[in-house]
Amino acid sequence: MAFAGRVALVLALAVCAYGITAALYGGRKGRRDWVDSGRRSVYCLAAILTVAMVILEIAFIRNDFSYNTVANTSSTTTPLLYRAAAMWSSQEGSLLLWVWLLSVWASVATFITRNRLRDIVPYATSVLLGFGAFFTTLLVFFDSPFAQTHPAPVQGAGLDPLLRNPSMLIHPPMLYSGYTFFTIPFAFAVGALVVRRVDADWIRVTRRFALASWLFLGIGIVLGARWSYYELGWGGYWGWDPVENAALMPWLISTAFLHSVMIQEKRGMLKIWNASLVLAASTLAIVGTFLVRSGVLNSIHAFGASTLGIPFVALIAAMTGGSIYLVVSRREVLRSEHALDSLFSREAAFLLNNVVLVGLCFVVFWGTFFPLISKAVTGTSAAVGPPWFDRYTVPLALILVLLSGIGPAIAWRRATLANARRNFRLPLAAAALMVVAAYTVVPISSSIGVVALFSAAAFVCASVSQEFWRGWRARRATSNDSPPVALASMVRRNRRRYGGYIVHIGIAVLFVGVAASSTFQHEQTLSLRVGQSTRVGAYTMKYMRATGSVVTDPNHTGATMTLGAVLRVTRGGHYVGTLRPGAGYYPAAQIVPGLVVASLISGDAVDQIGLQSSWRRDLWAAIKPLGATLPANGTQLPEERLVNLADGTISPKLPATQQLQTAFVELGLIVAHYVKFPPAASFTLIASPLVMWIWIGGLIVFLGGLTAIWPAPSALRSRLRARYLARVAQELGRA
Amino acid sequence: MTALIAALLIGALLGFVLWALSAPFRGRGSAVQPGDSDVRRALESAKGSKYSEIRDNETDYRTGKLSDEDYRALDRQLRAEAVEILRAIDELDTSNPAPSD
Repeated sequence: MAFAGRVALVLALAVCAYGITAALYGGRKGRRDWVDSGRRSVYCLAAILTVAMVILEIAFIRNDFSYNTVANTSSTTTPLLYRAAAMWSSQEGSLLLWVWLLSVWASVATFITRNRLRDIVPYATSVLLGFGAFFTTLLVFFDSPFAQTHPAPVQGAGLDPLLRNPSMLIHPPMLYSGYTFFTIPFAFAVGALVVRRVDADWIRVTRRFALASWLFLGIGIVLGARWSYYELGWGGYWGWDPVENAALMPWLISTAFLHSVMIQEKRGMLKIWNASLVLAASTLAIVGTFLVRSGVLNSIHAFGASTLGIPFVALIAAMTGGSIYLVVSRREVLRSEHALDSLFSREAAFLLNNVVLVGLCFVVFWGTFFPLISKAVTGTSAAVGPPWFDRYTVPLALILVLLSGIGPAIAWRRATLANARRNFRLPLAAAALMVVAAYTVVPISSSIGVVALFSAAAFVCASVSQEFWRGWRARRATSNDSPPVALASMVRRNRRRYGGYIVHIGIAVLFVGVAASSTFQHEQTLSLRVGQSTRVGAYTMKYMRATGSVVTDPNHTGATMTLGAVLRVTRGGHYVGTLRPGAGYYPAAQIVPGLVVASLISGDAVDQIGLQSSWRRDLWAAIKPLGATLPANGTQLPEERLVNLADGTISPKLPATQQLQTAFVELGLIVAHYVKFPPAASFTLIASPLVMWIWIGGLIVFLGGLTAIWPAPSALRSRLRARYLARVAQELGRA
Repeated sequence: MTALIAALLIGALLGFVLWALSAPFRGRGSAVQPGDSDVRRALESAKGSKYSEIRDNETDYRTGKLSDEDYRALDRQLRAEAVEILRAIDELDTSNPAPSD
């Protein structure tokens, strides 16, 4: 079947090449049949790549190690759920996922526009298929997911244990959906600029795709942060890692676009700005994809060094150069139709928000690429750390949160001082109240920034709540709806506005969680023996006993052996909870004869953190079981002496299955010894307030995004319903 | 068996692609790109935007963000702009009647 997969990829490339030619020819000659044929190429691409995905997925599920991809990223000991998702842990598998998602979303976009934007669509189709051609070229000539080795190895290397986390099942598809969704506004922007038709029509058609991109990227970023918090064993959720930043940059630009595009739709203004934002966001999405794959910057999330850097640099150069050319050469038709009526208006607030968001993106870009910039200038690669990012991003984030409270409270076009005074009275009172409340709880000296952020968040929540209240009251005044129906109907009638407001609340809540948890976190890293305790902030954590298991991994990640600890947490002498951190040990890629026991646990060792989470605070613990030495392969093995002894008892003359059975029995004995005579273990213990609000904020943002993106009931259905309602009223009148 | 399935799969894919993409070679489908429907779409789109702006203006007024005077002035202006768009749509209909579906 691998051969069928390879043929499918070649066919996909041929279809892209044909589709580009057909669409461009059709567009230039005004031939509908050729344009349609180009559009059908997009559908064919989706169908072909779906077949390729299915072939590869079946290979993963069937443990077909003749596929190099499967052998390198999966194994028989990898749980089925993670095997099914192992495809995107490899370079080539994730490229296939990328182009498959692109083909699916492009099919949806070209289907929706089959009878619209007829002059723009041929060029948009060509751009979308151009992306498809680029990625299928990489899959055909550089890094094929269907490359094979014969004879097939009997066992695979297994999925990286760090990736055996539920978040990682959906995190990459979410991020890639975000990246690929934005190619659609990009393609239509290019089409609109090529044919010089830059009214708001193409924006109305593709706006939902931009919103979907923003939403999926946002979900991907939050899921990535959760994975980092639960899996990486350092207790943080954001480390300004280049790959994290790579997803953040297009998200920031698309946030700016989603705001400024409203000004173009309403006023015909900011056309150059919006075209530039669309083109920049999509280019940054490709930059993100490049960062993960090229190995130019060090990141825990990257695939390492590869040969894909040069093709990606060429694509980025083409996108950047092409975008600049199109915007500059079309500057005459991109002129604004109106000027800003007043500096005190919602448009002006949106403009300021755009400046801040682009500023934030620039800071992140500069910090991310600083190692490359410094190397180019000084010859030495120097990186900037989280404090550098925090210095610039925190004030900008504060302004952004404030603006998300100001925007909803002022009118389009013009606002008067009298109305502003009335609209800002409640939000300002809430902000002032929050300052007072915060200073009664936290020490003044260390927390000016965080109190400012709390206060800004209170301002946003009050401002948005006031908007909901007034809108609801107005709705109630003009309808006979019950209070909940009036609220639902108000949101339904203007999903974009109220969905956006919900997002603003979510962002404020999320920032409160980030500010509190990063400012008031207490952390201890120390070595403890059973019976010893330590203080972490207001909490006392006591190492009660050691734990261990063989094969029966409590987290279902396929760990061969797990060693851990039970920690009792008290506060002021009162029991608060129990934490159970552990370390999972995974088998090596090969079972070495004579070292069977060691092989079963000498793959990666991964933290399985102990966590007690509540709306007020998180108690977080990670353990590194000590009593370990570092053997030649660099993996930390507990009880190495016992492991060596155990391996010495297993005769290499026994059949392989019997050697394995004996090895598991020996591992059981080693674990039992560890539990009975636990050595001192190294712990990282953290008490951090309000972390849960980061995830709650993310969820609110998601709900708001979903509200805004949900399609309005079709005009036809509304008309039909109105006709029926009128008929009912008429019939009732007669009765 | 696997080889047979692979061969059938490749054949099916090729057949599907050839069938889907060969319409221009077979002389199927409309050869001419219709002309002015996009102008109409653009005007309809502008009308939708203007109506949404009128509704937003009304919401801003009802939620206390605009004074009576400002609201009335803006509403008058927006409605005048909407009338211009409707007039352009009517002119397009008169000069080039939309084909009945």
